[in-house]
Amino acid sequence: MGKIFRFGDDVNTDEIIPGRYNVTTDPKALAEHCFFEVRPDFSKTVKTGDFIVAGENFGCGSSREHAPIAIKASGVKAVIAKSFARIFYRNCINIGLPIMISDELYDLVQDGEEIEVNLKEGRIKILKTGKEVRSQGFPEFILKIIDAGGIVHFLKNHDIGELEDGI
Amino acid sequence: MGTVAEEIFSKKLSRDVSAGEIVLVDIDVTMSHDNTTPLAIKALRNTGKPLYDKNRIVVIFDHVQPPASVESATLQKEVLEFVKKEGIKNFFREGICHQVLVEKGFVIPGRVIIGGDSHTCTYGALGAFGTGVGSTDIGVSYATGKNWFRVPETFYFDVNGSFAKGVYPKDLILKIIGKVGARGATYKACEFGGETIENMALGNRLTLTNMAIEMGGKTGLIKTDKVTESFLKSRGYPYTEIVPNDPNYEKVFEFDVDDLTPQLAVSPRVDNVYPVEKYAGTEVDEVFIGTCTNGRIEDLEIAARMFKGKKLSPLLKTIIVPASNEVYFEAMNRGYIKIFMDAGAMVCNPGCGPCIGRHQGVIAPGDRALTTMNRNFIGRMGSDKGEIIIASPATAAATALTGKITDPREVI
Repeated sequence: MGKIFRFGDDVNTDEIIPGRYNVTTDPKALAEHCFFEVRPDFSKTVKTGDFIVAGENFGCGSSREHAPIAIKASGVKAVIAKSFARIFYRNCINIGLPIMISDELYDLVQDGEEIEVNLKEGRIKILKTGKEVRSQGFPEFILKIIDAGGIVHFLKNHDIGELEDGI
Repeated sequence: MGTVAEEIFSKKLSRDVSAGEIVLVDIDVTMSHDNTTPLAIKALRNTGKPLYDKNRIVVIFDHVQPPASVESATLQKEVLEFVKKEGIKNFFREGICHQVLVEKGFVIPGRVIIGGDSHTCTYGALGAFGTGVGSTDIGVSYATGKNWFRVPETFYFDVNGSFAKGVYPKDLILKIIGKVGARGATYKACEFGGETIENMALGNRLTLTNMAIEMGGKTGLIKTDKVTESFLKSRGYPYTEIVPNDPNYEKVFEFDVDDLTPQLAVSPRVDNVYPVEKYAGTEVDEVFIGTCTNGRIEDLEIAARMFKGKKLSPLLKTIIVPASNEVYFEAMNRGYIKIFMDAGAMVCNPGCGPCIGRHQGVIAPGDRALTTMNRNFIGRMGSDKGEIIIASPATAAATALTGKITDPREVI
């Protein structure tokens, strides 16, 4: 169970973490500046297990991995959006930040509401109404990366060619 | 058989590949810069694997060069240690990654190139498949020499007509993004063709493909032709033909540039596109000409012609950053740098300049900057209380002359 931080469409990586704060690779330091300008209360109020819910094209803009790292290090359990920008989508899967795609959820919830998420089964329960929505599934080879906790962990125990078995 | 994107992947894998397929391919060039390499090194180390092939790696220092803070100097020192330890020969500190890769012959038609920078989509101007990835993907290619892709569907932009005086390819790409929207081409390859593109110099083609990401595109592509061939051959680089073969485009957009006028993308979205007239007369505090979008010799030539013999107000910050040392040298040889300095512009060393918001022209709260950049997101150039407007080098130069947003057609 966690609280929702709700954002709109086209949230870009400069909003997630401005370029001038990308002067470290330390996840905790990056988390301190997460949404620093568009939502200054975020880093102070977010708790482990909370969620980001957003509209279309979440994470557009720069390829900076500092953005998903900052979100992950903030303790966010998953980002649930209508759609994701492609580099950001890859980056999340690669670093093991859970993402879910749901067209439905966004309009059903408000900022600060609580939801319960089952990542494995792709189920999202809105606590206030008891309504449950399902997220889109992932292709099998992406599931392999997700299951390993990210591509780096996958490569520790597998050859990259093994991804193709799921293609 | 297929679009330029499908042709590249089909040649690469020696079999017919279609949009929607997921493929694992050898990466010809893996590029990253001072901002994205530190995390890539971390990812490589965490895989526990050695570097797969140091000769296919390029590391470029361009984002904050020379380092402007203790923090960036420290991160760059870490990268330099990696470069030295691994014996990476392709290390450059002479301009923006996307310009340097083209100049040094890393971008060859048919190659698959990934870059730890979203504007890696630029390389498609030479018929290569370039796409931006995060640092972990760079680390994956460091460790394995490979990476996976979903072969993209293609949006085709059929562009015809000739640009009127004072109107440039930057105005065209802004117009296109305004129409398609910031997420209108998400995951798609954006292929540009038609007579306008056929007649366009390579430097200007790079301006178009560079901004494919600003509509969500996975890459920008232009089929190879005589322009590509003569550019590559004049530098002694290999040339292969990459052209579409009975392509099936998901969508075709038609643009006629005959009636196109100078365009602006106003804060805070790249798809907030309007004709320059709408904002003409608005005062600005900074004009910046440069970046991987518009820091090439073709761009500086426009500004030099307009600045020649003129004086700019010192109340305005006018900043010019050539995209690379090669561009800088050429601009010196042609007398442009003297013109810029005589006019009172500040010419900085090649690199990303203020586009990253960390040096060479950071904006203050309340500042309005008119720039040739590719992004106008809030906070990108410094203060989140500032405003960024994107335009062509001609509109930027015209604006520098008056201190107010100015239609270049009135000045040229």
